Amino acid sequence: MAEKKWLPRWFFQLASPRWCYQITGRLLPGLLLLTLLLLAVGTVWSLLFAPADYQQGNSFRIIYLHVPSAIVAQSAYLLMALAGAIGLIWRIKVADMVLKSTAPIGASMALLALVTGAIWGKPTWGSWWVWDARLTSMLILLFLYLGVMALNSAIENESTAARAAAILALVGVVNIPIIKYSVEWWNTLHQPATFKLTEKPAMPAEMWLPLLVMVIAFYGFFVVSLMQRLRNEILWRERRTGWVRELLNKQ
Amino acid sequence: MSFNSFSEFLAMGGHGLYVWLSYGLGVGVIAANLILPRLSRNRLLAEQKRRLRREENA
Repeated sequence: MAEKKWLPRWFFQLASPRWCYQITGRLLPGLLLLTLLLLAVGTVWSLLFAPADYQQGNSFRIIYLHVPSAIVAQSAYLLMALAGAIGLIWRIKVADMVLKSTAPIGASMALLALVTGAIWGKPTWGSWWVWDARLTSMLILLFLYLGVMALNSAIENESTAARAAAILALVGVVNIPIIKYSVEWWNTLHQPATFKLTEKPAMPAEMWLPLLVMVIAFYGFFVVSLMQRLRNEILWRERRTGWVRELLNKQ
Repeated sequence: MSFNSFSEFLAMGGHGLYVWLSYGLGVGVIAANLILPRLSRNRLLAEQKRRLRREENA
């Protein structure tokens, strides 16, 4: 089996529901604590200490929720589609469970990004909603999440449901670059990205540092919430196995 | 600190409604995402324990 050495051992262990349940159980308490701490620091920083924008005033503070939720909504979608692909190709059950567990969290993040965007748009653009490319493609992202959730709950057989949801998730990936480049390809009211890998942010550090904290905090929150849902899903699907029986007896 | 008084902080320079509505929703969405899976875990564990006891007694 020497030819398999190029992939680390944990990669194969990820395919075992029991191993996933145990490792996430060990990681969860620390991650939850770190996430809550980051969220608290980020919120106080963005509400109290970040300066108001010279044009938008204090409504600018909505950015500290709007951008992190939008970033996580898109990253979660990519993770969901990747899990879908892994489940389709290698028929790994844990991948199906990740696909199913990601959808409701991603949907709530897309919804939060849309709603905070609308609330921010009212004082800034004078309108709750405009049908421009960025807003419309974000709305489509929300519908894709809802579609994945609907397929998962409508189809009784778990592996058929996972396959259908994975195909929808994979087709919907085309929407992600559309969201990302919508502000460059089309004329829009929406401002361009704050963070770019190749350039320094256009705003001063007092403004973007708390935003960075909030983005990291939201990623942490996503991971924690995903682990919680995944563990429930594992317990449910493995409920007839010996190890879950043992775990139930011990409690 | 960007504000001189608590009432100024609440007013958010006239944008209080927008800012507080957003942050209220943000807290709600995050709390729901952390609490709901915990509740369903408790329910799931209780159900499965009951099932196990039923099967052992049968």
